[in-house]
Amino acid sequence: MTDTMLVGIDGSEASRRAAEFAATRARAGRARLVAAYVIEWSPYTFNTPEENEQRHKRREEEIERARTQVLDPLVATLRSSGLEVEGVVRHGHAAQVLSDLAVEHGAAQIFIGRRGISKIAALLFGSVAGSLVQVSPVPVTVVP
Amino acid sequence: MRYLLAGLAASMAWSTAALAQEAEASGIDQAVNQLVSPISDVIVAVIFYAVPMFGADMPLIVLWLVIAAAIATVYFNFISFRAFKHALELIRGDYANPKDAGEVSHFQALATALSGTVGLGNIAGVAIAVSIGGPGATFWMILAGLMGMSLKFAECTLGVKYRNEYADGTVSGGPMYYLSKGLAEKGMAGLGRFLAVFFAVCCIAGSLGGGNMFQANQSFQQFVNVTGGTGSFFADKGWLFGVVMAVVVGAVIIGGIKSIARVTEKVVPFMAVIYCGAGLIIILANFTQIPAAFAAIIGGAFSPEGVAGGFVGALIQGFRRAAFSNEAGIGSASIAHSAVRTKEPITEGLVALHEPFIDTVVICTMTALVIVITGTYTAGAGMGGVELTSTAFASVFPWFPYVLALAVILFAFSTMISWSYYGAKSWTYLFGESRTMDLVFKLIFCIFVVIGSSMSLGPVVDLSDSAIFAMAIANIIGLYILFPVVKEELRSYWSRLQSGQIPRYRSTWLIHVD
Repeated sequence: MTDTMLVGIDGSEASRRAAEFAATRARAGRARLVAAYVIEWSPYTFNTPEENEQRHKRREEEIERARTQVLDPLVATLRSSGLEVEGVVRHGHAAQVLSDLAVEHGAAQIFIGRRGISKIAALLFGSVAGSLVQVSPVPVTVVP
Repeated sequence: MRYLLAGLAASMAWSTAALAQEAEASGIDQAVNQLVSPISDVIVAVIFYAVPMFGADMPLIVLWLVIAAAIATVYFNFISFRAFKHALELIRGDYANPKDAGEVSHFQALATALSGTVGLGNIAGVAIAVSIGGPGATFWMILAGLMGMSLKFAECTLGVKYRNEYADGTVSGGPMYYLSKGLAEKGMAGLGRFLAVFFAVCCIAGSLGGGNMFQANQSFQQFVNVTGGTGSFFADKGWLFGVVMAVVVGAVIIGGIKSIARVTEKVVPFMAVIYCGAGLIIILANFTQIPAAFAAIIGGAFSPEGVAGGFVGALIQGFRRAAFSNEAGIGSASIAHSAVRTKEPITEGLVALHEPFIDTVVICTMTALVIVITGTYTAGAGMGGVELTSTAFASVFPWFPYVLALAVILFAFSTMISWSYYGAKSWTYLFGESRTMDLVFKLIFCIFVVIGSSMSLGPVVDLSDSAIFAMAIANIIGLYILFPVVKEELRSYWSRLQSGQIPRYRSTWLIHVD
């Protein structure tokens, strides 16, 4: 039974490094890779009626944009090196979604990039890496 | 392009104001009053046609709404109590499929509808009710709120069930659609179409009246209160306040400037919490008065004599303000709720149960209790609307009128945004769903913001009330016919829920520590 590794992607340079690192580990362990792009979204927001009316359409657009601009190119690159890769796009809070995906796909590890925001900003606004480390059900590797 | 149009709206509003400056400042207010009053008098007389009952005049429309709410409560077997907890679970997202993440959640649909209903009715309207009908009005208001839950449940279920889902992924729902499509299913297409059109016309009027003019008027009133009362520089500059507000509203609804709406949408719930918090503190600070207040409320609710026709007066005022505030039976909320993502229309109805609860049983009651406990309703003779509420809160927190002014302006603003949407949907239903038509209505809406701020309270309240209540005429006829449809949906869903066929997911959206 092959292991699965999960990597969180957001189109940033840090996440690209994380993806490469995860790919290296996956190749070494003959594991498959799941690359997940999380679109930040909360079900508990207050919207205008017009936003709600448009929401379904916007959601499709967001998913499409994430796929074509970030996820598919990355998946293609990783696949070309002989890895078994699956791309996933989902809405939600990054830390929670990654944790849930880890459970769903039976991932052995989660890889995530570190944005390198200042300590104070991280303290005030939280960081995905920090939150993920707290809630993840599996080991987390933070790639600087 | 959008900025151009927003600019156009602003310049139209400004030219209205410029015309105003040619007459005297108070003259424009007078002129608007003189123009509108005869029309509003006729409309009001028709809608609020009253019959003498137990020594007071009972408007038929209020009776219409209350009876519908009572019938709904009984017909659906007190669903408001039975499903209270389940509705909370739905709102929390316990039954939301993770694959639907990113779509409109139950919470969002409810919050959007609430930001439309929680407005000046909760603050100023309640003050009007208590000052005219006495403390007893509070009791009837709460009762109306509880019964209204079942009515809103029915109309929001139908709103989702009969909505239009377009190819590009957008949705349009509301009484226009369930009246035309729902009644057509029952073989009454002609009646359905007629009711839908009648509703749409009334909704446009309601959106311009209660959803716009009343909000603008009362927020201006409070603004004047805190800037010096009748001696204030702004006292007769309602049109100026209206223009500024019209520009901001126009920027959001026409210009599509999301940042303003985003700020409001975050601040409004915050203000609601502060308002209720302050209310609670006042009530607790005066806890020795609580028994006396309750005695006044219950006594006033049932006493044969007293202020303005005794208990009937209290009943009429209580019902009237509750209906205006929580809009149960009016049909507007169903337009907002119809955007939710769900396979079970009944779930949105269940979620909507909490709307009249939060709006009337919680927030309105809060306002009423503060007014009764501080005894302002007697001392505040001659004060109407928001001024009374302001005085009541100020008796404990002298700085509160400023907070209230801010809260009132924000509530008014968010209500206007929502009602501009309802009105626009009705307008496009009648005149075709095109960008141009949408824009035309929104421009008209902005102009009415200026008009509303310029008029004096009396005609504005009556006109607003009439328009909103008129919507209930068509809506409730349709609801009566479609009640069995809702009952069947409920029966089907409830049995599947009990047998465990409705999948329950964990609260996956909350970051929780196991």
